[in-house]
Amino acid sequence: MPHIDLNNDLPGIRGLLAFRPEVAGPMGELANILLRDTDGLSPVDREFIATHVSWLNDCFYCHHSHGAIACHYLGGEMDLVDQVRNDYLHAPISEKLKALLTIAGKVQQAGKAVLPEDVENARRHGATDRDIHDTVLIAAAFCMFNRYVDGLAATTPTDLSTYGPRARQVAEKGYGNHIISEKQPAA
Amino acid sequence: MAYIDLGNELPGIRGPMAFSPRTSKPLNELAEVLLRDDDNTLSRGDRELIGAYTSYLNDCFFCQNVHGSLAQHYLQCDMSALDAIKSDPEAAAIPEKMKALLSIAASVQKGGKTMKPEQIERARNLGATDREIHDTVLIAAAFCMYNRYVDGLGTTAPQDRQFYINRAPQRAAEGYLDFDLYK
Repeated sequence: MPHIDLNNDLPGIRGLLAFRPEVAGPMGELANILLRDTDGLSPVDREFIATHVSWLNDCFYCHHSHGAIACHYLGGEMDLVDQVRNDYLHAPISEKLKALLTIAGKVQQAGKAVLPEDVENARRHGATDRDIHDTVLIAAAFCMFNRYVDGLAATTPTDLSTYGPRARQVAEKGYGNHIISEKQPAA
Repeated sequence: MAYIDLGNELPGIRGPMAFSPRTSKPLNELAEVLLRDDDNTLSRGDRELIGAYTSYLNDCFFCQNVHGSLAQHYLQCDMSALDAIKSDPEAAAIPEKMKALLSIAASVQKGGKTMKPEQIERARNLGATDREIHDTVLIAAAFCMYNRYVDGLGTTAPQDRQFYINRAPQRAAEGYLDFDLYK
């Protein structure tokens, strides 16, 4: 049960945003730019970073939600998502993405944990300044989203089959207020 | 020097914000709602203090001085009083409710799951509303983002703390939405 009375039973961050709609606008817009932009990193790469950081932060709702969105974009390759989530160094992904996931993991520990050699390594594998910027900010943003969700003990569905329909909704319509104002998707 | 070429020499978060105006818009809008909007029963000073304290726990020099100076400005206290609150809120001369909210912020800084129901109960017993608890959690969580953005990109920060004190009245007046990143 959430630590505060949300006056709704929406799952995860949706319940929190519905309680305080004034913050839903900027948070949704931030998620849309960071996770759906196609300039540089692909939406799949971006969701991979979000999923990995949420997994490191042990946020069940977020890492399953964003893992399901990555899986949707990939047409159902959940094995790949699972491997990126918890063993990306051995996953069949580019060296560039591995280097960026390493930076994201450092950001999860603390901003100061990122070292010049981590950035150098990503650059050597072809990462641009924009890629590095976006990776740091996605990882940092999930250090916010994850703490928001777990710090208030948001309602977390344990039935994993409920994550797919919400993922499809976000993949098709993006992040934004529709996830709290429209009827929740059913399986 | 920052880890990436930001195309500017601005200090702290202003460097990456000028590099990436699209993301800086929602980042600033969130700060305005959480820290400055007057539709809130927590004062601006209280909310800036939560931001400064979280930034102190995250060891982010730039953010703890920017927001510490704003807290000082609003709460009308001096730097030593603010430093004392940051280093030991429970022993500081602040309201008991604020101590309970800062303890909530400290747990958020460590990790969402470290929050204990007793901490929420304590704040509630001291008069904190659900929305105040919500905002405390989200302010602390948001600073876990802003702090990492600033330090994760290796941005530079003026070391003279008076620099931040001097700017606080202007920053308080302008707010987070309508200001010039280059000034």
